[in-house]
Amino acid sequence: MDQLTELVQQAEKELTAATSLTTLDDVRVHYLGKKGLVTAQLKQLGQLPAEERKGAGQEINKAKKEIAAKLDARKLSLEAEALNARLQNESLDITLPGRKMQAGNLHPVTRTAKRIEEIFMQLGFNVETGPEIEDDYHNFTALNIPDHHPSRASHDTFYFDDDTLLRTHTSPVQIRTMENKQPPLRIIAPGRVYRCDSDVTHSPMFHQVEGLMVDKDVTFADLKGILDAFFKAFFEDDNFKTRFRPHYFPFTEPSAETDIQCVLCSGKGCKVCGNTGWIEVMGCGMVNPEVFRHVGIDPDVYSGFAFGFGIDRLAMLRYGIDDLRKLFDNDVRFLKQFA
Amino acid sequence: MKVSEKWLREWVNLDGKTSEEIEHQLIMSGTELDGVDPVASAFTYVVIGKIKSVEQHPDADRLTVCQVDVGADELIQIVTNASVVQDQKVPVAMIGANLPDEQGKPFKIKKSKLRGVLSQGMFCGADTLGLSGSVAEKSGEGLLIIPDDAPLGADLRDIYDMSDVVLDLDSTPNRADLLSVSGIARELGVIMQTAVTQWPIEEAEVSHDRLFPVKICCDDLCQRYAGRIIQNVNTQAQTPDWMVDKLASSGIRSLGPVVDVTNFVMLELGQPMHGFDFDKLEGGIEVRRAIEGEKLALLDGKEVTLRADTMVIADESKALALAGIMGGEKSAVGDLTTNIYLESAFFTPNKIMGKARTYGLHTDSSHRFERGVSPDLQVTALERATNLIVSICGGSAGPITDVIANASLQNKSTIEFKRYKIKRHLGVEVDDARVVDILQRLECKLEDGEDGWKVTPPIFRFDLATPEDLVEEIARIFGYENIPAVLRPMQPLIALPSEEQVRESILQNILVERGYQEAITYSFVPSEVESLLAPEQEQIKLSNPISEELSIMRSTLWSGLIPALDKNVKRQQSRVRLFESGLTFVKSDAGLPEQRKKMAGVITGALYTEQWNETSRDVDFYDIKGDVEALLAEASAQTFTFQKADHNSLHPGQSASILCEGKEVGVFGALHPSLEKKLNLDQTVFVFELDLDLISKKKLPVNSALSPYPSVRRDLALMIKQEVSYAQIDKVLKNSKIDALVENFVFDVYEGENVESGQKSIALGLIFQDFSRTLEEQEISTYIEKIVSALKQQIGAVLR
Repeated sequence: MDQLTELVQQAEKELTAATSLTTLDDVRVHYLGKKGLVTAQLKQLGQLPAEERKGAGQEINKAKKEIAAKLDARKLSLEAEALNARLQNESLDITLPGRKMQAGNLHPVTRTAKRIEEIFMQLGFNVETGPEIEDDYHNFTALNIPDHHPSRASHDTFYFDDDTLLRTHTSPVQIRTMENKQPPLRIIAPGRVYRCDSDVTHSPMFHQVEGLMVDKDVTFADLKGILDAFFKAFFEDDNFKTRFRPHYFPFTEPSAETDIQCVLCSGKGCKVCGNTGWIEVMGCGMVNPEVFRHVGIDPDVYSGFAFGFGIDRLAMLRYGIDDLRKLFDNDVRFLKQFA
Repeated sequence: MKVSEKWLREWVNLDGKTSEEIEHQLIMSGTELDGVDPVASAFTYVVIGKIKSVEQHPDADRLTVCQVDVGADELIQIVTNASVVQDQKVPVAMIGANLPDEQGKPFKIKKSKLRGVLSQGMFCGADTLGLSGSVAEKSGEGLLIIPDDAPLGADLRDIYDMSDVVLDLDSTPNRADLLSVSGIARELGVIMQTAVTQWPIEEAEVSHDRLFPVKICCDDLCQRYAGRIIQNVNTQAQTPDWMVDKLASSGIRSLGPVVDVTNFVMLELGQPMHGFDFDKLEGGIEVRRAIEGEKLALLDGKEVTLRADTMVIADESKALALAGIMGGEKSAVGDLTTNIYLESAFFTPNKIMGKARTYGLHTDSSHRFERGVSPDLQVTALERATNLIVSICGGSAGPITDVIANASLQNKSTIEFKRYKIKRHLGVEVDDARVVDILQRLECKLEDGEDGWKVTPPIFRFDLATPEDLVEEIARIFGYENIPAVLRPMQPLIALPSEEQVRESILQNILVERGYQEAITYSFVPSEVESLLAPEQEQIKLSNPISEELSIMRSTLWSGLIPALDKNVKRQQSRVRLFESGLTFVKSDAGLPEQRKKMAGVITGALYTEQWNETSRDVDFYDIKGDVEALLAEASAQTFTFQKADHNSLHPGQSASILCEGKEVGVFGALHPSLEKKLNLDQTVFVFELDLDLISKKKLPVNSALSPYPSVRRDLALMIKQEVSYAQIDKVLKNSKIDALVENFVFDVYEGENVESGQKSIALGLIFQDFSRTLEEQEISTYIEKIVSALKQQIGAVLR
């Protein structure tokens, strides 16, 4: 049986020499294939005397198993090597940038408006819209601003003719909503408004949000509560301060102007807030019963508050934009900052 | 109104209250403070000196060298270019003094040499010291005038009182009563709960009995007119310093004693007045409407042509003044005037409102009359002004003519004020005692009423007529800061948009993901741009635009977006993708213009930003179509078809209109090359615009069964005439009525080599599947034959 031992040794040598799966398979065929050397040994068993056959057969099978095991081991090792080589080969510079379809982004004013909408929607307000070319009635008269009223002068209105104008505030949406819906109402109306004024701090077009809440027992304390909650949420500061000063608007009574603590100096006083620590951001108040009468809501049953403020201004304060005109220049280098 | 704090303190007891407290209280009760200006700057160490000698500077013609006695042991030497004389008393800024510079920042006076000669200080004028008031007016451009008895070396601040500050108060238009010192004092009395000084106004001595008849011809416009003649006045008399100072603090220059007095009384009491040269008046005063076209030369030197809706003060032959707005030039008090007619009237606020503006005027007088002058003030003011004029200019006053055209004028109606209204509007209880105190300090008359009070507001408060007006007053004085901020539990009001509604924010996000920047452009655009992009539209023009560039309302969002894109390209941004959503405006037959919400996009340049592993190319028609289709896909309940567009501003071969149920819902494509040229665009631009109201219906998804049987794909390569569209092929397939054909798509379109000219090759992928069984090979072959034959018959397609 030296021959068998030799065969196994020979096979082992060849297996070790095989460096690829192909040559390894050649080795398998050479020894274990149908016409292989080990198979040939088995075939010759028949020529042996019967009493030797069993023992010889066992020996050959043992050799066969031994070769097969070595073959498998070698195969695993070669496969591992091949995989390693492949992995090595396929490795990339993972620091190179990925393929991109560059996304754009929303305008900072839209971004701010959406944030405002989201906060108010969590407070149960719904969004309403209205026309931008308005009639005198909805922009002024129904809001208790009669012809030639001194407060009209401050509106710097763009006109098309005596009765048609570009809305100077989002307040007409209040009127249109109340004309069509019955209380309880909780709405906000964001949108474009227009004033015939253009310089560093004024744009002839800008954005406002109007707010209106009408129900059976709405009070000034609710107005303060809602707006206080809004600004705290908007500026993400639970200690954010607001203050309300008496003011005059024909459509609200009592009326107030709302100041927020200066976001640049946190109320300490700086150039932006004129050293007062406060920045005026909105007008608000309790809906004047005259306005309710114009839209057919009974002021003896319902009360409500309304407010209006500039979206652009909040965007500027929030994102540190120093020039209002940049908002409408649409320079993509500017816009991309607000992704 | 600008007002001196000192003057206010004469009218209300503010002892122990600092300026800051007063300012804060005013702000928190509704009067805005536009500024606080000291009557003098914060200069230091300016003393009184006397010039002992004046010598010419050796090296400079315009400089002199002065020896000055400032009360010290030694004289000091000052080089100056001011004109000075020996023995003149002058203010001297000593070495170490701080003076304001042009920006108001302090600068220090140092020892210096001027053209080689030592100078140990500086002489000061009103300007240098930031002074206003009578001293400044008298001194003019020269050095400040120093009284003869001022001791040498004394600090200038001890000679003149310069501690006063001027408050620039901006009261709201409803508060006419805050346009006078007495009115602001009254307000301070209420908000600071302190006593208001009562200055009794004595009747002037009547020393002649001449009367001048007064006739009010328009009692709706003018409800009261009072006047009197004052004879033998010396209009050359000097207005006293205290009055000049007070006028100056309110920003009014001294213009002669009669005008000064009427202005002073206006500031003090709030009653605008006018003095006429009596000798220029004929017959009597008539308050009437102007005759259309009547001319009147005004005090400001301009002549106006009057309209019949305007009220004038006239005599029997001519208009004398624009009532309540401005006096006339011819009847004005001048240097030669000896007899004056003094007027004090009440004009109906809402009748005079806006009139001044129609003549391009806004005066202190019109400002007050429009907002409302107290109708009980006319005679009081007349007496006050008479006393002042007689004391300054001498003369003798005649009896007052006081015509009241409307007897109910002095009556103020009573408001039923129920207690519960306070809590109902403010959300906070206010004690009865506090309510009564506030209303009484506001000079309201109170009686007990049912569940509250009967309140009669004072006659000067035009803004108090309803219970809500009183609630506002109580809130204001009680303090808004004392009303709690309450975030109460609220009934939810759910208004989530329907799932079957396309949401604008999702469309915006689709575009953002596809690389678009959102733009916000003006709604008004230049006329030329609109004419180019929407030549068929009648333009909607503003009657008072900021400029021609911003004068036409956009009928398409492209009018703003295309110029915005171009501006970016010209700023070296070669790849630009912008979108905007907003209203567009089109004339309508009746009512307001049609205002439709649109969404539009404009793209130019490379599809991708330049990168190492993707070869880029410039965007084309199918890129913008892909973007549009992504948006349309949101409106899954609607079916859209594309049709070659017939649009003036688009490339006729590369543009399409989008139809839904026969209605155009949008367009897209390449800009017309000739338009690109006219708009001076540097790159090819693709655009789209969709009507958001017409792209609004979304399908509520419904689950349906999936076939468990395998699908089979067959590809067809067709040769077809170039002009046959894909839509035609698609239609043939749809009409083939083969249920098992579940999907078809194009995977290649080819023209060029190996394809006959005028022909194109299209490769189709067809997917067959059945829900009940696996399709047999033979069945599929039958389908294919049927399809191929239909394609051939209907559109002449042959298999390649």
